[in-house]
Amino acid sequence: MPSARLMIVSLAILALVLVACDATPPAAQTPGGEQPTPAGQETPGQQPGGETPGGGEPGAQTPDAQTPGAQPTPGGPTGARLGIIQSRGNLICGVNGGLQGFSFLDESTNSWSGFDADYCRAVAAAVLGDPDAVEFRALSADDRGPALQAGEIDVLIRNTTWTSSRDASWGNFGPTTFYDGQGMMVNRSLTDAASLEDLAGATICVQSGTTTELNLADQMRVRNVEYTPLVFDNIDATYEAYTQGRCDAVTSDRSQLVGRRSAFSDPGEHELLDVVMSKEPLGPVVPHGDDQWYDVVKWVVFATFEAEELGIDSGNVTDMASTSEDPVVRRLLGVQPEVGELASGLGLEDDWVVTMISAVGNYEEIYNRNLGPETPLNLDRGPNQQWTDGGLLYAPPYR
Amino acid sequence: MSGGELADLPRMPPAPEPPPIRKIGWQAWLRQNLFNSWLSGLLTVVVGVALVCLAILSIQWVINARWEVVTQNLRLFLMGQYPIEHAWRVWLTLAILSVLAGVTAASSGGPTRALATWLAAGQAMLGLLMLASPMGVVAALATIANGVALWIAFLLALRRPIAGRTLGIVWLVYVPVALILLHGLGGTPLEVVPARFWGGLLLTFLLSISGIVLSFPVGVLLALGRRSDMRLISGMSTAFIEIVRGVPLITILFMASILLPLFLPGDLRIDAVLRAIGGITIFSAAYVAENVRGGLQAIPSGQIEAANAIGLNAFQRNVHIVLPQALRSVIPANVGLFISLLKDTTLVFIAGGGLLELLGVGRSVLAQPAFLGAHLEVYVFISVVFFVLCYAMSQASYRLEAAMGVGTR
Amino acid sequence: MPPWRDIGVLRVVAQLVALALVLLAGAWLMSNLVDNMRQTRLTFGFGFLNSTAGFDIGESLFAYSATDTYLRAFLVGLANTLMVSLVGIVLATILGLITGIARLSRNWLVNKMAAGYVELMRNTPLLVQLVLIYAVLIQLPSVANSISLPGSIFLNQRGLSFPRPVPEQGFTPWLLIVLVAVALAVAAHVLAGRREEAGRDPGHLRLAGLAVVVAAAIGGALAVGGPIGFDLPQQQRFNFVGGLTISPELTALLVGLVVYTAAFIGEVVRGGIQAVRRGQLEAAASIGLTDMQTLRMIVLPQALRIIVPPLTSQYLNLAKNSSLAIAVGFADLFSVSRTMANQTGNPISVILLVMATYLLISLVTSLLMNIYNRRVQVLER
Repeated sequence: MPSARLMIVSLAILALVLVACDATPPAAQTPGGEQPTPAGQETPGQQPGGETPGGGEPGAQTPDAQTPGAQPTPGGPTGARLGIIQSRGNLICGVNGGLQGFSFLDESTNSWSGFDADYCRAVAAAVLGDPDAVEFRALSADDRGPALQAGEIDVLIRNTTWTSSRDASWGNFGPTTFYDGQGMMVNRSLTDAASLEDLAGATICVQSGTTTELNLADQMRVRNVEYTPLVFDNIDATYEAYTQGRCDAVTSDRSQLVGRRSAFSDPGEHELLDVVMSKEPLGPVVPHGDDQWYDVVKWVVFATFEAEELGIDSGNVTDMASTSEDPVVRRLLGVQPEVGELASGLGLEDDWVVTMISAVGNYEEIYNRNLGPETPLNLDRGPNQQWTDGGLLYAPPYR
Repeated sequence: MSGGELADLPRMPPAPEPPPIRKIGWQAWLRQNLFNSWLSGLLTVVVGVALVCLAILSIQWVINARWEVVTQNLRLFLMGQYPIEHAWRVWLTLAILSVLAGVTAASSGGPTRALATWLAAGQAMLGLLMLASPMGVVAALATIANGVALWIAFLLALRRPIAGRTLGIVWLVYVPVALILLHGLGGTPLEVVPARFWGGLLLTFLLSISGIVLSFPVGVLLALGRRSDMRLISGMSTAFIEIVRGVPLITILFMASILLPLFLPGDLRIDAVLRAIGGITIFSAAYVAENVRGGLQAIPSGQIEAANAIGLNAFQRNVHIVLPQALRSVIPANVGLFISLLKDTTLVFIAGGGLLELLGVGRSVLAQPAFLGAHLEVYVFISVVFFVLCYAMSQASYRLEAAMGVGTR
Repeated sequence: MPPWRDIGVLRVVAQLVALALVLLAGAWLMSNLVDNMRQTRLTFGFGFLNSTAGFDIGESLFAYSATDTYLRAFLVGLANTLMVSLVGIVLATILGLITGIARLSRNWLVNKMAAGYVELMRNTPLLVQLVLIYAVLIQLPSVANSISLPGSIFLNQRGLSFPRPVPEQGFTPWLLIVLVAVALAVAAHVLAGRREEAGRDPGHLRLAGLAVVVAAAIGGALAVGGPIGFDLPQQQRFNFVGGLTISPELTALLVGLVVYTAAFIGEVVRGGIQAVRRGQLEAAASIGLTDMQTLRMIVLPQALRIIVPPLTSQYLNLAKNSSLAIAVGFADLFSVSRTMANQTGNPISVILLVMATYLLISLVTSLLMNIYNRRVQVLER
C-alpha cells in the first residue's frame, strides 16, 4: 500500500519536474556558445508551438556546437537525407490510407491509390527513377506531426493544411498541391439545414488533431451558434458515427467530405453545405533541417505544374524531349546544353522530369486520375488551375 | 398365552406410512438446488425464463449474422499485413511451436496436458474456419495438420518424456529461430518483413510474449531491489514500482510512443513495435515485481538464516535458495498477469503508432465499405478468440496451483 | 579488515556506483532528449496552460468554450474522469456485492450464472467490451423515432433523456424537514443496534425510523407545496433540449466499466465471505440469530477485513481503466490531454501532467481506503 513515504517521493518528483521545466533553456547546455533558443521559456499567451528559431537554426550548426557523442542526424543541413534515400533505395512517404481520392489502401489488393499517393510516386520517380520504390506509411492525424518531427518519414503527403504553427513545429511545407476549404456535410435524412446558422442545437462530428476542430469552434462562435461537438481520434470512427446518425453533420476539408462520401452506401442522402469555413491549402511537408531535400520536393511539385502549363504530359514527354525546339521545354526536360547544371544542382539526374512525367503524368493527369470527372469524387478544379487559366498554380522558372 | 391364541388375533395390515422423501434422483436435485425456498424458486423461474429468451435471441442472431466479415478477412485477423507470399514462414513457425508444445505438455505432467488438448483442438477448429475463407485449402489443411502433429507429438512424448533441461534448451533456441523465420535475414527465401507489417493475432502474441519474457527479469530485479537494505536502491525501486502502478497503461504506452524516440540518439530509429513492447514491459515489470515481492515475503526467515550460516553470499543465497522458492510460489499469480497482458495488448491501437493487433485489425476491417455495420460479428469473434486463449490459460493455472499445493505447504 | 572486504564499505560503494550509473544513464538520456527536442522544435514548459485552447469538448460538468485556456480544458477532462470513477465505483460495488452473494447462493442456476458472468468478464478484454457496448447503443433508433418511456423519459441513439429535478422555492424548508427526519431515523437505528447487542429485541424501531422519513418527505412536500420542479426534455430540431441527457459515450463507458469491475469485486467479496470460519456461522445459529443478523453482525465485519485491500486495488483499476474513454469518444482526462499534446506541440509537459494527475488520483483513493481499512481492522478486540 502506498504510504506517506511514497507520497513524499512522488510529490518531490512532481516538484522537481515543475522546477526543471522553467529552468535553463535546453540549448544553453551545448558547448560552443550557441545562442540559447527560448525553447524552455514560454510567455503566457504565446501561440501554441510557436517558437522562434532565433539563433538555434541548425543551418548555423558547427561541429563544436553539437553535444559530444551525438551523431549528425540524417536530415542535417548537409543534405544527408537525399543521399540516404538514394542509398536506401526507397522513399518513406507518410500518407492517410483512409481517404478515397487522396491516399487510400485497398486492403484486398494491397494497392495504394490517390492524389497524394501519386505525388509520393512522383517524388520517388524523380529521386530514384522508380515510381514504385515507395514505402507508404499510413498515419493518423495525431501521429503525423510526431512522425515528421522524429524524421521517421521522408515526406508527409497526407492532405495536410499549411499553417504557421505547423510550419514552425512540424516541418517545411512544400508548394500547395490542392487549394481546399473547410466544409460541412449534413445528413439530409435527418435535417434540411442549408447554412451553418441552421445547425443550432445540432451534433457535429469532427476529428481530433486537425485544423478542422479549431476552425469549427471559431466559426460557430462568430455566428453565435450553439452546437454539440463529437470528437473522434480516427477518421473511420468519425465518419462511422456520422453515417449511423449519431451526428447531424460532419465537418472537414471539402475534398475529404466528397472523398469519404463516395464510399457511403447512400451518397445521395448527404449534401455539402454551400459554405467555406476556412482556407485549407494542402501540400507536402518535409522534416526541418534539410534544405537540399526541401528544394527537391519543392521542385518536383513545381515541375508537375510547369509541365501542365507547357502542355507536356505522359503521352508526349519522350517525344518532346527529343524533338522540341523550345528552350524552356528543353531546359525542363533535361536536354543539354540548355539544362546545364540545373538538375545536378538539385542533386538529381538531368532527365528527372522526363522520368517523373512518364511515370505519373503532369498535374492535370494526376488530378483527373484521382479527383476528376471520371472518378466518383468529380471535384471541380476551382482554384486548382494554372495561373494562365485564372487559378493559383504558379511554378517559378526552372532556370 | 399359547401360540394358538395369538394366531387367532385378527391380523391388521400395517398402517400406511408416508413415502420417504427422495434424496437421490433428479427430482431431489431440483428441490435441493433450484427450489429450496420460495425465494429461490422464484429466482429460478425468473432467471430461467430470462436465460432461455437470451439463448433463443443469441442463436437467432448467430445464424443470421454476417460471418463473412470474419471469414473473408481471416488472413488479416491472423497475420495482419504480413505479405501473402511469405505466409508460409508463419505456418512453419506455428508448426514447430505445435510440436514443441505437444512434447512439453506431455513431459511436464498433469496441469499442462489439458493445454495440449486445447491447443490441438483450437488449431483444428481454426483450420476448419480457414476452409471457409479465401485463405486457400492448403493453408487450412496445414493448420489442421498442425493440430494433428501436436497431438501426435504429445502421444509420442507420453511414451518417452524428454528431460526438462533439454526441453528448456530447445525452447530457448526456438525463440531466436522463430524470430528469424518471421522477420527474415534478407535475401530469398528469408526476405526481411519488418515488424510493422506483423499484425492481427501474430502481433498480439508477439507483444504479449515479449512483454512477459522481458518484464520477468526486470520485475525480479525490482522486487529484490525494493526489499534491499540499501536505502537508495530500495527507494528508487519503490518509486518506480509505485509510479508505474499508479498510472493507466495507456498513458505509459502513449509516453513510450512519443518519448522513447526522443530519448535515443537521433539516428537510432526505433520501430513502433519496439516502442509498444517497451511500454508493455515497463508496465508489466512493476506488477511482476509486486507478485515476486509477495513470494519473497512468504519465505520463512529460517531459510535466509540457514543460507547465511553455511556461508553463502547474497548473490548465491538469492539464486540458489530464495528465488527458486519465491518464483515457484508466484507462478499462478504470474499466469494471471500473463492473461492480463494478453488482454492489454488491445490498447496499443489507441496509443498511436499505427500498430494493428487483433482489435485494431477488427476496427480497420469494419471501415471497409463492404462490411460497414458488422460491428457485433467482429467484436464477438474477437471476444471469443480472447476467451478461448485466456480461459485455457486460467484453467491451466488452476490445475498448476492445485498440483503445486500452493498455500498448503 | 581491508576495506574491500568490509561489508559496510561495500554496501556504501555499491549504492554510490548504482547512483552514478543511474545519473550517467539519466544524463545521456537527457542530452539525447535535449538534442532531439531542439531538432524537432518541440517545446517544454507549462506556460501553454494559459493559452487559448481553441477546441471544443463534447461533454463537461461545468461551462467550457473554445476560448477558455488549456488549463480549463484539462480541468474539464479531470472532472469527467473523477465523475466516471466515483459513479463507477459506487455502482460496481453494488453489482459486485450482488454477484458475490449470488456466487455463494445454494440455488444452482443463480450460482452458475454468476460464475459464467465472472469467467466471461475475466477472459475478455475491457476495451473490446466497451466498443461492443457502444456499437450496440448507436444502433438505437434516431432522435425522431425515440423510444418514449413513461415519465417523460426518452431513449435514442443520442442518449437517454430524462427530467431534471430543479429546486423550487419551497425546497430549502422541505430539505430541512427531511434532514431532521433522517437524523431521527439514524438515532433509531443506533438505538436498535444497542438493544440488539444488549440481547433484547429491537422491535420495530428501524421500521419506525424509516416510516418517519417517508412521512416527513411526503408531508413536507404537501405542506410546502411542490419543493421540486422538473425540467422536461423537449424534442427540438436535432436533439432533446432541457432535462438531463446521458450520452451513449458516457453510458457505454460506465456500463462497460461497472460490469467488468463488478465481476472482480464479486470474486473478492466471495473470497472474503468464504474466509469467515464456519464455526462462526454455527455459533451464530446456535444462539438464535437470524440469517440477516448473522450477516450483519458476524459475517460482514470479519469479511470486510479481508475484502478491503483487494477491493482497493479494484477501485484503483476502475479509475485507471476510465482512461479507455477515448475509444468510445468520451472526453475524459486522457482524451483531452491527447488533443492538447497534439495542438500545443508540447507533448512532454502534457504527458508529465497527465501521469502526475493519475498518480495523485491513485494516491488519494488508496489513502482513503487505507483509512477505512484501519477502521475495519481495529474493530477486533
